[in-house]
Amino acid sequence: MPPTLKQLMDAPTPASAWVLEQDCADSGLDPQAVQDAMRGRIREMRGSIERGLASDAKSITGMVGWNAKGLWDAPDALQSPLLKRVQAYAMAVNEENARMGRIVAAPTAGSAGTIPGALIGVADHLGLSDEQLIMPMVLAAGVGQAISRQMFISGAAGGCQAEIGSSAAMAAAAVTELLGGSSRACVHAASMALMNTIGLVCDPVGGFVEVPCVSRNAFFAVHAVSAAQLALAHLESFIPPDEVVTAMAQVGRMMPLELRETAEGGLAQTPTGLRVTAAMEGK
Amino acid sequence: MSLLDMIGPVMIGPSSSHTAGACRIGLVARALLGSPPTHAAIGLHASFAKTGRGHGTHLALVAGLLGFAPDDARLPQAMQEAQAAGLAVTFQDVDLGDVHPNTAQLTVTAQDGSQMVMMASSTGGGVIDVIRVNGFRVSFSGGAPTLLLRYPDHLGVIARVATLIAADGVNIAALGCTREKRGGAALLVIELDSPLSDAALAFFGGWREVEWLRMLPSVMSSPEQGDGHGVPVTVGTTA
Repeated sequence: MPPTLKQLMDAPTPASAWVLEQDCADSGLDPQAVQDAMRGRIREMRGSIERGLASDAKSITGMVGWNAKGLWDAPDALQSPLLKRVQAYAMAVNEENARMGRIVAAPTAGSAGTIPGALIGVADHLGLSDEQLIMPMVLAAGVGQAISRQMFISGAAGGCQAEIGSSAAMAAAAVTELLGGSSRACVHAASMALMNTIGLVCDPVGGFVEVPCVSRNAFFAVHAVSAAQLALAHLESFIPPDEVVTAMAQVGRMMPLELRETAEGGLAQTPTGLRVTAAMEGK
Repeated sequence: MSLLDMIGPVMIGPSSSHTAGACRIGLVARALLGSPPTHAAIGLHASFAKTGRGHGTHLALVAGLLGFAPDDARLPQAMQEAQAAGLAVTFQDVDLGDVHPNTAQLTVTAQDGSQMVMMASSTGGGVIDVIRVNGFRVSFSGGAPTLLLRYPDHLGVIARVATLIAADGVNIAALGCTREKRGGAALLVIELDSPLSDAALAFFGGWREVEWLRMLPSVMSSPEQGDGHGVPVTVGTTA
């Protein structure tokens, strides 16, 4: 059984060391092997970011494919260089995903950009090494496990809140640890990120992991960084983190099927959404 | 899900449930057949049928049948690869009843004419649930090395199987048994902490009452995977 968020919060700092120890005791895996595998996944995420920022090729449906490169090449304008980087990285991964490129599901393919966007984006802005990202990535996985105790981590099961909400919570905890936050701060960052995604519907146009998924990853990568910022300033989630997960799971169960990845509600049912769906079905 | 499945699998996009999960379903079907398939008839249910094409579900299922892991760069070209490998595939939209919307039924045939029918659902994040094997109701995830045994139902078989597994030094994680009727055919599905030794498998294969035997590898992420190496292709011993 994975730990609860309360257990994670009460664990010695850094929380990631505790997550790794607990999980390896359960799986029988060698902690070094898990860390090596995480190193490999960070390298893979970097590959997706690089390919995604370099390419403006369209996806199969033609709905996405040039946004990350467009943002990356544009002047900073209103955004800080950090946040532009975070958004562009997240979009790059999800556009690679939409093009049938190689990505790391984190926790799913539809939400694959949020964690690399937030974590690798912040690390690159601060000039940190990939080696320093390994344990925060372990913590991200541990937070995902704690959420999955109560909730399936997929849009089909619980709406986009369960998918991108989980990835944002995982990313928020990881960024907080990367910047030296306590176990308590990491879990509160996750909780604050999650509580602000509750009710979010999964409404992919045509049923494809493209619109709104690509830009949603960019927005929620920034959302995760904001949550980390609050937690590092010692702000906390008023509702205890495990109760936030319970609330999210409850809302997910109440959500009608039309709003859970079926493309029968939300943006998927707009006139434009319906036109794209019809065009794809004709193909 | 393990830490490595929470941040993982490393995969070809676009969807962990429609693409990576579909690939794992194909991998399990290949393993259950026990040899490379030469023909596959694939039925796609609900969401798999509706949005499969744009998600590469068809390609991923075929990639799995060819023994490719979810991160195999050949996945987008799975149809051409199938042709080269001598695998003929047909697709059909089907209504499989009250099952998960991401469910497929695969009827696969080997060179020697042997056939296997499997139904499996992709339940999110690349996790799968195998729900039928050759007509038997089952439930296993492919997340652990899994032993399947078919035999005529009678007293003491499960106890003997469990004893032999323990003697092989392997721990049982989960065990399920389904039978057609009392005294009819029975299928035992045992999820293990590690694969059985070749010697133990050969011993099982030699039992008179064992009609069919498969040892499936885990199709989920392990520390060795995710850098393009893929999961082991070999599987299966026939009695």
